[in-house]
Amino acid sequence: MNGQRIDAEFTGLPLRQLADAALDAAKTSGAQHADFRVERIRGQRISLNDGKLQGLSDSDDAGLAVRVIVDGTWGFASAVDLTPEAAAAAAREAVEVAKVAAAMNTERIELAPEPAYGDVTWVSDYETDPFDVPAKDKVAQLITWSNRLLTHPVVTHADASLLQIKECKFYTDGATTATQQRVRLHPELTAIAVTENGFEDMRTLAPPAGRGWEYLTGAGWNFDAELTELPEFLAGKLVAPSVEAGRYDLVIDPSNLWLTIHESIGHATELDRALGYEAAYAGTSFATLDKLNNLQYGSPVMHVTGDRTVTHGLATVGYDDEGVAGQSWDLISGGVLTGYQLDRRMAQLKGFGRSNGCAFADSPGHMPLQRMANVSLQPAEGGPSADELIAGVENGIYILGDKSWSIDMQRYNFQFTGQRFFRIRNGRLDGQLKDVAYQATTTDFWNSMEAVGGPQTFVLGGAFNCGKGQPGQVAPVSHGAPAALFRNVRILNTAEENS
Amino acid sequence: MTRNGSTAAPQDTVERALSLAKPGTDCVVIADEASNANLRWAGNTLTTNGVAVSRSLTVIAIDRRGDGTAGVGAVTRTGLRPDQVEDLVREAEKAAAQASPAEDVADLAGADATIRSAQSWEAVPGTTDIGVFRGFAADLGETLRAAEAAGRKLYGFAEHGVTATFLGTSSGVRLRYDQPAGRLELNAKSADMSRSAWDGVATRDFSDVDVAAVDAGLAQRLEWQARKVELPAGRYETLLPPTATSDLMTYMYWSAGARDAAEGRTVFSRAGGGTRVGERLASLPVSIYSDPSYAGLECAPFVVAHASGRDSSVFDNGLAAGRESWISEGSLSALHSSRFSAAKAGLPVTPAVDNLIMDGGSGASLASMISSTKRGLLLTCLWYIREVDPQTLLLTGLTRDGVYLVENGEVTGAVNNFRFNESPVAMLGRLAEVGATSKTLPREWGDYFNRAAMPTVRVDGFNMSSVSQAS
Repeated sequence: MNGQRIDAEFTGLPLRQLADAALDAAKTSGAQHADFRVERIRGQRISLNDGKLQGLSDSDDAGLAVRVIVDGTWGFASAVDLTPEAAAAAAREAVEVAKVAAAMNTERIELAPEPAYGDVTWVSDYETDPFDVPAKDKVAQLITWSNRLLTHPVVTHADASLLQIKECKFYTDGATTATQQRVRLHPELTAIAVTENGFEDMRTLAPPAGRGWEYLTGAGWNFDAELTELPEFLAGKLVAPSVEAGRYDLVIDPSNLWLTIHESIGHATELDRALGYEAAYAGTSFATLDKLNNLQYGSPVMHVTGDRTVTHGLATVGYDDEGVAGQSWDLISGGVLTGYQLDRRMAQLKGFGRSNGCAFADSPGHMPLQRMANVSLQPAEGGPSADELIAGVENGIYILGDKSWSIDMQRYNFQFTGQRFFRIRNGRLDGQLKDVAYQATTTDFWNSMEAVGGPQTFVLGGAFNCGKGQPGQVAPVSHGAPAALFRNVRILNTAEENS
Repeated sequence: MTRNGSTAAPQDTVERALSLAKPGTDCVVIADEASNANLRWAGNTLTTNGVAVSRSLTVIAIDRRGDGTAGVGAVTRTGLRPDQVEDLVREAEKAAAQASPAEDVADLAGADATIRSAQSWEAVPGTTDIGVFRGFAADLGETLRAAEAAGRKLYGFAEHGVTATFLGTSSGVRLRYDQPAGRLELNAKSADMSRSAWDGVATRDFSDVDVAAVDAGLAQRLEWQARKVELPAGRYETLLPPTATSDLMTYMYWSAGARDAAEGRTVFSRAGGGTRVGERLASLPVSIYSDPSYAGLECAPFVVAHASGRDSSVFDNGLAAGRESWISEGSLSALHSSRFSAAKAGLPVTPAVDNLIMDGGSGASLASMISSTKRGLLLTCLWYIREVDPQTLLLTGLTRDGVYLVENGEVTGAVNNFRFNESPVAMLGRLAEVGATSKTLPREWGDYFNRAAMPTVRVDGFNMSSVSQAS
């Protein structure tokens, strides 16, 4: 808990009065369980093209939500008017929805128990609320950065964007009442070089972060250094040779590996997916429940955790959207699958005893789902630097930054590209490559991981927009990773793939 | 037009916001009223459900300056009470005054009497609620029980929503559009989960959705999968059904902006400068177009821009957006644009429209295309489509829920899934046959874009890059 306070504008709403109206109406209408949320989500998106303002828009989304269980069936309703009448009406509507839905329900909903925490508050760790910074100052910062890129002779165009979110959330189920606030932002700059022969682009590696405006002024990332080197790297990419398809050893930087972790571990260890609840949409998982504690997911150096607690993590909360306290736990230990991500329903259904706090709804208009925790590959204590990993490679590629990603509906077959690719010959970097994609099957890939870097290589990456569920919801999530060494991975030439 | 309680009719809110704007300044106001109902099921039982309503107001204030530039402040808030409208207008004006010059500055689009909207400005906004599913839910319950009895597991989602949009500007535009959108997605699996089939239906009101018939079709597909055939990666003659065609063509449409093409940054850029408009792209004389009046795929015939983007401009709000051909007789004929981006690209103004149609083929049915296939693959749908290389618009993704081997005019078995690497632009150049066009639900993009009519297409040498173990 830092020194920030929850916005008075949010705490000044009649939160408890609304909750009383909703919970009373739900109970009176026949609900055996009811929980209630009020949310206010502020957003601001700024985009620039070639140092000129392309768009600046503000959003402010507020509303309330009631979730009930009636005779073992879910019901959910939401409203935008923050009045006791609207809260009570939403509760009655949620009960009505449950009654309509009961005809199709054959699996009784029960929730794993969670201690009552009483009336609690939590605020994420940031220094300066970006919504307190004048928009003109933010635009000026992006103009300055864009112009830095545009002064380089190789840069034809420069795109810049900044997305900022502040999420205020009130939750109560009668036993726990949690009032929370968190802030996150994502700055991105892309330099584009257009030539007679086509074009290339390159984006900053700076990840989105659960930080405030201080992130753009020096806390947590060195933008100055990155903007200095970016055009030079782009110039090198323009003249780089196209990769020869084949098998290579890879040293993967955390700026790329976070996304591979997200797709091939994060989603694969969601228990609702493993049980088939997302089968028609996001998909299932090869890591089915019968493989718990016996699937050799990866090599023995692989230790993956789930958490909702890491400082500046995008999925970090004090309490989830079912009143479960934030926790940290193992998902993969010594390369073996040892855990899943759970909500209260899944935890009860499969006898886990307690949820590990992964329920999240992205807005007051949506019902909470099991969503991803911060899922991170842990570094090796005293482990090697990226240079030391590279030194151990005779014929390989060093990959930085995320770009294209895709994985199948059971999380087996994936393909990723990146921002920067460096040839490794005899333990040293030997210029850039282009047209590189790596393609593998999840367990083959992670079992080919020979070494993980030390804590000095660890970086928290992530995304604002992890999609799941129907209706579709987006969730912010972080993934920490060290640099890591993989042996004998298939590399495609993307230009040849189109020929 | 006023309502009970703490809300006002959206038309009144728009008028009130415009009247509160600083006199003599330009202002755009957009009121969106949305309602949504949904049901979701898995393993033959309901999982989640819900109803939701939202009400948002966007005020776009324009601060014109003496040097011809203008700052724009665009602010959107949900759940606004009538007494908060003035606060929102002032907030937008403050943002506009502080904003650096907008690059797309222009006069606001004026009222255009030629725009015909399906609903009058004064009419009450359309809505939906859980009642839209009363008949469907009963049928679905029966279908789930029948599937259970037959040893099939059904997974799926039904959603219906209506968004009523009211657009008013200080230049006299008063336009509204009620956009209904619904879909059924149904996935059937064998009890051991080794076989899987999918179908999707886009609908405006669920009156035309027969869930039992959709399930019967999936049961037949599962039967087709009784014989398994393992095939390696490689290039195959492939039949892409309308949903798969729509996912690829939709991505191509989204990538066909005038500005990026003119700046040399897309597959539609001409080497050395300019765009590829006028260039032949397809091997057959197909047409790809948008038409807001296309029967069953109706959408707003005017521009609604809550914020400016690369090929959209808040200054264009209310501009007519009618039928536009993007590819005509196989040649690239237009790129979507705002007035600003069209001027930069040196092209006519052709705003994006929220539907997509492809036709111009032989009109052959899927059955006849199968019967004329000597050896090839028949897909069900595509999944997890992502851009790999913008220079060629190379996309990657997976086949999903049924790949079938067709030999000598018949489906002879089910094939493993593949990862593909293909460009829809390159694919147009390898079209071998284009069948009948029908309305379809894009599997990948249906969450955002579900108004499409597409044909089954036969493509030579579709690039299946590797085998996926997923079933």
